Amino acid sequence: MGTNISLEEKFQAYVDAENKVEPKDWMPEKYRKTLVRQISQHAHSEIIGMQPEANWITRAPSLRAKLILLAKVQDEAGHGLYLYSAAETLGTSRDQMIADLQSGKAKYSSIFNYPTPSWADMGTIGWLVDGAAIQNQVMLTRTSYGPYARAMVKICKEESFHQRQGYEVVMKLAQGTPEQKKMAQESLNRWWWPSLMMFGPSDDNSPNSEQSMRWKIKRKSNDTLRQEFIDKTVPQAHYLGLTIPDPDLKWNDERGSYDFGEINWDEFYNVIQGNGPCNKDRITHHVKAHEEGAWVREAALAYAEKEAKRKENRTSAA
Amino acid sequence: MNKNHWKLYEVFVRSKNGLAHKHVGSLHAADADMAIKNARDVYTRRSEGISIWVVPSDQITASSPDEKEPLFAPSDDKVYRHPTFYDIPDDVEHM
Repeated sequence: MGTNISLEEKFQAYVDAENKVEPKDWMPEKYRKTLVRQISQHAHSEIIGMQPEANWITRAPSLRAKLILLAKVQDEAGHGLYLYSAAETLGTSRDQMIADLQSGKAKYSSIFNYPTPSWADMGTIGWLVDGAAIQNQVMLTRTSYGPYARAMVKICKEESFHQRQGYEVVMKLAQGTPEQKKMAQESLNRWWWPSLMMFGPSDDNSPNSEQSMRWKIKRKSNDTLRQEFIDKTVPQAHYLGLTIPDPDLKWNDERGSYDFGEINWDEFYNVIQGNGPCNKDRITHHVKAHEEGAWVREAALAYAEKEAKRKENRTSAA
Repeated sequence: MNKNHWKLYEVFVRSKNGLAHKHVGSLHAADADMAIKNARDVYTRRSEGISIWVVPSDQITASSPDEKEPLFAPSDDKVYRHPTFYDIPDDVEHM
């Protein structure tokens, strides 16, 4: 026990001195567990996040829009893969993570349990959802676990394209016909509050936050990130002539920030618990795609084995 | 299960000639050829590279963090290996 405490103290001092933790370094079991939970949840969010957007690929309004959307959805797949591989360095397997996602044991961002009924949602998701993700991910480029931090650097570079293309879509609609402007406004109305919920429960209700901050996994609290996001985003909405669906939203000169209304936490917890509009569809679709793709994985393995044998025969004949 | 298990590969990308291949992450593939193809899609979607290496992760032997002292500490007290250790008068040029 004595040595255990000193190891943990040493670890804390190491992290306090802004050193990065690498896969083979000693780390507290809880640090490892927290990271596996957080990174895999992050990876699952990228993967499940492809679904609401893939919904519009075949119906994109132009070839340009379709190419952009395809590239974005492909990026999300890539982000999921960087993150799965970062989580694997902690000793968990890809199969285990996918099994946990499909059984509901592992969570993903609740934002992806909302539907995308209109093309405008493709814009709003890029602008708000990716915008909120960037807010969180820029902080995570400085997270204490090396592989996670490095994955974040790459993801942040790519994420900027996602947000800008989204804003462009919303801008085109907001500056278009009255019907198009209405589409943009209704989409903003749908996504504003769920986007704010992406930062997680408020600080007094976020039991894991404090330890994560101490270990420098996180460096800013949920409420701080949320406020920063709001302060950045409100002027972007004003520029488009759109209205943020929050009657309590107003600039607070003293704080130098926007005050905003109460978030509906009942809705937040309800969606996390599996009762959002699309929770079941998202997992059902994931399982279906995984199972229907099984033959591809098997065929690739069979082909790899055959090729390996062929090579072996060639060398033994020579 | 293992029968259907794709191996883990570590991926190294050379961003341009003249620079070394740099580790960028890992991925799963049925064999090395497929790992190259997957690496191209996963790690070089924006012209990040002109050459890819893949290595099965289980083929890498790494030094252990516990060996850090015996491996690397001995060079810490050999300051005379650095050029700044030597006092050369300012008047002496090109050195």
